[in-house]
Amino acid sequence: MNLPVIIKFVIDLLAVLLLALGIKGLSKVKSARDANRLAAFAMSLSVIGLLSYYLGTSGISIQSWIWIIIGSIIGSFLGAILAKKVPMTSMPETVALFNGCGGMSSLLVALGVAIFPISNSLENLDFFKSLINDVSISVSIFVGAITFTGSIVAMAKLQGWLSTPGWTQSKVRHFVNIVFAVASFIAFFDLINGNTSSIWLLVIVSSLLGIGVTLPIGGADMPVVISLLNSYSGIAAAAAGFVVDSQLLIVAGAMVGAAGLILTQVMCKGMNRSLVSVLFGGSLSAQSNTSSGSGEYTNITSCSVEECALTLEAANKVIIVPGYGLAVAQAQHTLREVTKKLEQNGIEVVYAIHPVAGRMPGHMNVLLAEADVPYEQLKEMDVVNPDFPATDVVLVLGANDVVNPQAKNDSTSPLYGMPVLDVQEARTVFVIKRGMSAGYSGIKNDLFDLPNTSMVFGDAKKVLNDLIGELKDLGVGEK
Amino acid sequence: MSFISLLWVLLLGSLLGLELIGKVPPTLHTPLMSGANAISGITMLAALTLIVKAEGNLPLLIIGSVSLGFALFNVVGGFFVTDRMLAMFSRKPSNKK
Repeated sequence: MNLPVIIKFVIDLLAVLLLALGIKGLSKVKSARDANRLAAFAMSLSVIGLLSYYLGTSGISIQSWIWIIIGSIIGSFLGAILAKKVPMTSMPETVALFNGCGGMSSLLVALGVAIFPISNSLENLDFFKSLINDVSISVSIFVGAITFTGSIVAMAKLQGWLSTPGWTQSKVRHFVNIVFAVASFIAFFDLINGNTSSIWLLVIVSSLLGIGVTLPIGGADMPVVISLLNSYSGIAAAAAGFVVDSQLLIVAGAMVGAAGLILTQVMCKGMNRSLVSVLFGGSLSAQSNTSSGSGEYTNITSCSVEECALTLEAANKVIIVPGYGLAVAQAQHTLREVTKKLEQNGIEVVYAIHPVAGRMPGHMNVLLAEADVPYEQLKEMDVVNPDFPATDVVLVLGANDVVNPQAKNDSTSPLYGMPVLDVQEARTVFVIKRGMSAGYSGIKNDLFDLPNTSMVFGDAKKVLNDLIGELKDLGVGEK
Repeated sequence: MSFISLLWVLLLGSLLGLELIGKVPPTLHTPLMSGANAISGITMLAALTLIVKAEGNLPLLIIGSVSLGFALFNVVGGFFVTDRMLAMFSRKPSNKK
């Protein structure tokens, strides 16, 4: 052991420790921000460790430095710009995009090592080592490609650039995906047998597999998919770690892989979906066509903003149920103005946060925090559910499936068993919604038919703005 | 490093990951996902290794550089975006005081 090796060992150890502490700290509200910075620091440390190791041993050529600097400046610059510019409402897509690029990076590393094997063999490879090398290259390419194309498709679907094509809901897609999967295995074994040219087959087929698997999945399940792909990108990083013989890469990749899996599981639980049905079940609406839940609405009451304002004025306790519609309409600040007025009138206001409201767990919390809603007013589902019977008015803002009583009452419904907010227990429920279209599950919402539910049709932001006007006319919130 | 010890590293890393993320409030799921995602950009180390070991092989240098760019896009963007989200949460305790 010479000095550079020892220094690198110590730095790597420190970086792993800090990364672990960072992930740990990210799980508590108080320490999260510092933890994120700690993790960022650990990452920079690991780069310094690696560079100093090469400086101390083989040295780094000027040419290498140039390419390192070009790559880092362009990548960091674009990443920073996007991170600063992107609106809070499109967080899920952004995470998906970043994630896909991580996968692409692992893919390229493996591809580079595979095409130019000379450069990697500083030591002589025996048969066993070269086998491991081939396997890790293949895994890195396979997982990296799926992560990349899958994430890009997920992003495009969330952005609305891509809809779910009809054929992907038929059984044909399973056949197509099986063909892709089998083809990648053939390429995989061919590659291990020493046929380097099959690497391109592997790249193409695993890319197609990523698209084929993600495309049929409905928007409601996208957070689960992104979380799963996040886990994949960790696995891809770990595989790349085997390719370049880096323990740090393997540890960090494995940690992210495991973390992503746990998070995926948590999200599935919140939606009462199994991972298998998310991945292979297609979008929920396709299954529900035959179920009893997809009937016509029979008893819709619609009402004006004015009526809504009058009822709100007379209330003592109001619960707000935000959903994706609020995020789309960017109405979080307007909502905050409404609730401020109500609070000034002595009305108790809390926000009921369903674990999967929006397109990602925590999506609503981020959104409402942006509008300066006090953290204590955000109540989680289990805490707030017993409060509904004692509540005068519930305002449902662009949420749908998470307030569908079918999930409790109708055992034939695809939603059955999903934990929901019991808003129908409240005295009056106002649903602010653009039209009668179904939620992301594509299922009819029995809540809308209940006698104590009134629909206020319109874009969330516009309705809330009108509501502010009406409340002003009523003298609510003025001293 | 022998292959077996690398497998041990993989195993222990996975177990560590499972333990670390046992209990997280739903509030933090999006930032956590985004933060973990930034960490997965650790493949930048592999890209760096590739560039350093390229020994003047131009195509390899380019692949390594592009790969490094993608990885840093993930890392820098990921940490910034996570920080932006968390900044909104951390403003709250200071209001309370």
